[in-house]
Amino acid sequence: MGGRYVKAELQRTLRNRRFVIFSFIFPLILYIAFTSPDRHDKIGGVPFPLYYMIAMASFGALIAAVSIGPRISTERQQGWTRQMRLTPLPTWYYFVAKILAGYMIACLTLVVLYLAGLAYGVQLSGSHWLVMTGLFLVGLFPFTLIGVMIGHLLKPDTLGPVTGGVATVFLLIGGGFGNLAGTGFVHKLFELAPSYWLIRAGAVSLGGSPWTPEGWIVVVVWSLAFAMLARVVYRRDTARQ
Amino acid sequence: MTNVVGMITTQESPSIALQGVVKGYGAVRAVKGVDLVIEPGETIALLGPNGAGKTTTLDMALGLVRPDAGSVELFGMPPAKAIAKGLVGGMLQTGVPLDYLRVRELVEVMASLYPKPRPVDDILELTGCDAFQNQMTTGLSGGQAQRVRFAAALVGDPDLLVLDEPTAAIDVEGRREFWRAMRAVVEERKTVVFATHYLEEADSYADRVVLMANGMIVADGTPSQIKSKVGTKTIRATLPEGDLAELMGFAGVLKAERHGPTIVLSCSDSDQALYQLLSRFPGLTDIEVTGGSLEEAFVELTSEEGV
Repeated sequence: MGGRYVKAELQRTLRNRRFVIFSFIFPLILYIAFTSPDRHDKIGGVPFPLYYMIAMASFGALIAAVSIGPRISTERQQGWTRQMRLTPLPTWYYFVAKILAGYMIACLTLVVLYLAGLAYGVQLSGSHWLVMTGLFLVGLFPFTLIGVMIGHLLKPDTLGPVTGGVATVFLLIGGGFGNLAGTGFVHKLFELAPSYWLIRAGAVSLGGSPWTPEGWIVVVVWSLAFAMLARVVYRRDTARQ
Repeated sequence: MTNVVGMITTQESPSIALQGVVKGYGAVRAVKGVDLVIEPGETIALLGPNGAGKTTTLDMALGLVRPDAGSVELFGMPPAKAIAKGLVGGMLQTGVPLDYLRVRELVEVMASLYPKPRPVDDILELTGCDAFQNQMTTGLSGGQAQRVRFAAALVGDPDLLVLDEPTAAIDVEGRREFWRAMRAVVEERKTVVFATHYLEEADSYADRVVLMANGMIVADGTPSQIKSKVGTKTIRATLPEGDLAELMGFAGVLKAERHGPTIVLSCSDSDQALYQLLSRFPGLTDIEVTGGSLEEAFVELTSEEGV
């Protein structure tokens, strides 16, 4: 039943050309800027071009995921969300469509950055590309839930700075602009951020599994926590009316 | 209040059954206890001035707003269940059509959500959207957007159609056209509930009018019954003599007041009252007959209810 709806949601997202272009253009520019001078260095054993390829893909994907918020918020303000609640479409389907649209843009960013990475000499085996992409997509999930949550928490006019801020902070502590804290206690703390593991997907090149069990726990716990929070916020938002 | 259609169809559950619903927003009590049963096939106008509680009442009926007290059922089940079955369609006051879609695509999406939708082409034609079906929803005029929302509400072929001030933003001609389309699309057995603050619209298109003021139902009946209640006219004239009690006794007079030499009569039938007045007091001067506004009538009705 919701297939046509999901398709329309994806169509709408792709037709918003500025949104699509800005989703990958800044990560791409930053990637070129970071990688060009130090393409033979390594971070935590991961070659620079690969590390920043996945870090900047994370940057774009994070923004795409968190941008689910403004889209929900705008539809809420314009009253379309209420209109949808009069149709047989289950509420969760509405969110699934939004999350898939977020993933679609994230994948687009990923492809653009992969191509840039290849240009800078990133070399991985087929299975490494697959594992990295899979982990990346899993690691992105909690951020889509953050998007859903803030979409019900905030009005469109406050969402610009909030989405930018949320994405940047997570990117920073996840190591998106380089490893901030070396290996000490602060680094251990940063490992609790889901964005750390998103970027860590690039460690696939070191062989073995890039995610330790701890990484899986972090991503699952954040996902559950934000799923619960999003649910509370949604309930409160709809009950208030 | 009993009504003809309701008596014929007694087997089915009512399309809408509200029982003692109350809703407040902070200190404001928007709806103060509404009982309303709407039977399948009825076309009902919820008539009242702004702030009467019409929208809140409809929102509660649709399950969009949870009442503080009272119960709501659609077709004998909770609103969410009736909605999940695709029995309900609505045109709310807000609801900017989704952007980055063509008109046709939007209507197709809405159709896809319902179990037995009407053919998209038919609906586009009947609502007059066919002329701009390939336009993006972002560039539509106000009137076009209204039609699109109408098409979106109709295409699912719901058994209950709720329209919250569907013609608020359009002119008289547009309003007639809207209702013409409405008649063409919605079959007899469907239930239609619309909120309006135009007495004329309620009179022309509803077979039952529910009058709301101050969060309560103040009258419920056929359009002519309601018109006789709210369609009061006022006669003013200069008449130094004459006893108020006698004036009150005239047919068609609801209320008589005196302000010095001036008498003021509120009439349900001003013609009747005037004939009698003139034959009894041929010296009557400065006669003035005015139609009472709907707002005045509401105030009158609510004060009669003792609020």
